[in-house]
Amino acid sequence: MSKIEVNNIYKIFGPNPGQVLPMVKDGASKEQVMEETGHTVGLDNVSLSVKEGEIFVCMGLSGSGKSTLIRHINRLIDPTAGEVIVNNVDVCSLDEKEILEFRKKTMSMVFQRFGLFPHKTIIENVAYGLEIQEVPEDQRREIAQGQINAVGLDGFEHQYPAQLSGGMQQRVGLARALATDPQILLMDEAFSALDPLIRSEMQNQLVDLQAKLKKTIVFITHDLDESLKLGDHIGILNGGRLVQVGKPEDIILNPADDYVKAFVKDVNRSKVLRAKTIMTKHDKFDKSSTNPSLLYKYDEDTFIEDLIPKVLKDRSTIEVIDKKGATTGYITSDELSLALTKTK
Amino acid sequence: MSSFFQKIFIMIRKLITYLTLPIIFIWLLITSFNSSRYKPDSAMELLTDASWLYDWPRWLDLPLMKWINDWFKVFNKKYGFYFEAINDFLLGAILSLKKFLIVLPWPLVIALVVAIVFFSSGRKLGTTVFVGICTFFIGFLHPRFWDKAIETTSIMIIGIIICIIIGIPLGIAMSRNTRVRNTVLPVLDLMQTIPSFCYLIPGIMLFGLGAVPAIIATVIYAVPPLVRLTDLGITLVDTEVIEAAEAFGASKKQKLLGVQLPLALPNIMQGINQCTMMALAMVVIASMIGTRGLGDEVLLGLQQLNVGKATEAGLAIVLLAIVLDRITQAYGKKIQDRNKPPK
Repeated sequence: MSKIEVNNIYKIFGPNPGQVLPMVKDGASKEQVMEETGHTVGLDNVSLSVKEGEIFVCMGLSGSGKSTLIRHINRLIDPTAGEVIVNNVDVCSLDEKEILEFRKKTMSMVFQRFGLFPHKTIIENVAYGLEIQEVPEDQRREIAQGQINAVGLDGFEHQYPAQLSGGMQQRVGLARALATDPQILLMDEAFSALDPLIRSEMQNQLVDLQAKLKKTIVFITHDLDESLKLGDHIGILNGGRLVQVGKPEDIILNPADDYVKAFVKDVNRSKVLRAKTIMTKHDKFDKSSTNPSLLYKYDEDTFIEDLIPKVLKDRSTIEVIDKKGATTGYITSDELSLALTKTK
Repeated sequence: MSSFFQKIFIMIRKLITYLTLPIIFIWLLITSFNSSRYKPDSAMELLTDASWLYDWPRWLDLPLMKWINDWFKVFNKKYGFYFEAINDFLLGAILSLKKFLIVLPWPLVIALVVAIVFFSSGRKLGTTVFVGICTFFIGFLHPRFWDKAIETTSIMIIGIIICIIIGIPLGIAMSRNTRVRNTVLPVLDLMQTIPSFCYLIPGIMLFGLGAVPAIIATVIYAVPPLVRLTDLGITLVDTEVIEAAEAFGASKKQKLLGVQLPLALPNIMQGINQCTMMALAMVVIASMIGTRGLGDEVLLGLQQLNVGKATEAGLAIVLLAIVLDRITQAYGKKIQDRNKPPK
């Protein structure tokens, strides 16, 4: 069962979106619509579904509509046409009061420039969602303190956001989003404003948190490496259209069009591809030429980055095993070199 | 089919919008012409005799003056007692405030002002001493100025309270709704550009001479910056911060009271400061309609061609301005410091 389902969403910005909609539905391009009507097409027939407990990464360059898309999920933006279904409820059908309830209970959001309240202390910031839900003061302080500790900011709770560094501020943003214990976390370019080292650290922190919490996360980014690292599924947006959805390996190995190809061209494949994706199945592998003393066993989910030294240095063969220990396939330098070759 | 009717409906609406203004204009022309004393015997003469094209003809005259006078007469007769009630209320408020401040011994008033500045400025000694000296010099310039300054201040305080009651909610409404903004902005422009005497005179007719029309004039003159700065302050709040509040399910009220107003407060305080300064300027002009206070000292000096007297009174007004400015600035600054603590 999918947690979030987006069905044929259109979003057109301008004074008269309803009139332009048929033209967009007939397949007019973004530029065409702009020239003829002065309207901007934000999203053009986007459909996707996000499973419970997964990280869905939505990727695209600026102006591709990714931020617009994420704001449809909690309805900070109303679609021109289409429906957004969260927990089997059509978000667009909710009235003003219901939508507030829905935002309080179901999801929270992390922002690119953090979106912290400059006039509140860190602990007040983290407790904001609970304050809105009218949780009693001492109770919300306790929960907020717990979240602050969880992101490693204990001792800073009475400071103001302006006193913290960017990375720390975003941790406050994350703690604030988690304080209400939402089912869904929306992260809008959450780590894009951070410098590379801190970003990588935050990505690891998110992965660790996710392993414990199992939230449904929709993550927006313009960074392919980030999306490959975090995403269980990745959707690539271009000019308001969803051009490809798939697992990280699918995106790398079978880019849907030139736009995606250009994107994945420079990616470090060894960090993305896993043993099971590139191996030759054990029934198709000719075992006669391998030296049994140079056979190493590896889990099928290992990134091939970890296999390269073994294979190249010792000329060894990798025996890929699944979780139960059964052999599923083999990897030699042939498989590796094939996998690391760029797609033309 | 429905889209066809929709198109017709839109066309009709367009037609109405484009036609209203010309129709009103033509109606104005015709009524002006008909009511003019100088119109030619027959409109046909205009076609045969083209001399009216050289100099502006006397019959091409919008009788706005007559309309307003007629309207004002009726208005005054019909609703006069409302204004009397407002007059009584405001006069009562001013008098009781004035009486309270005048009864206090002057050293106590200075001490009060000093205490207010000391705590509102965050215990800054320099500002406090400076403001204390300014306050002392108001009375020191001329003993009569002390009571007059208190009279002026009471009128201003009441005026500013009214400004705040009107200005801040109006500013909030403007920031929330573009339609309200589009209607209010031209009115603010009008209030800021129309010469103050234009509303001082109807003020006298409605409220009589004295302090109340001065307050009304003060409010008209001083409220626009407060409205504008409230609107600006709320509009300038970072959109991402607002989105964050919305994403957590904050209602409009929670958003306004918890996020928008606190973050707009430095701007709003600046607005109140501007409001105070403009109110002081107005109080001087209002002396011409018989408002008592420091302004009538200036007026007196002017009438007697007494340069020294006018300067003395002018200086006293400047000192009062400094005192009030420091107090309101200090509050704004303190709030700003709290929002943006040093790194």
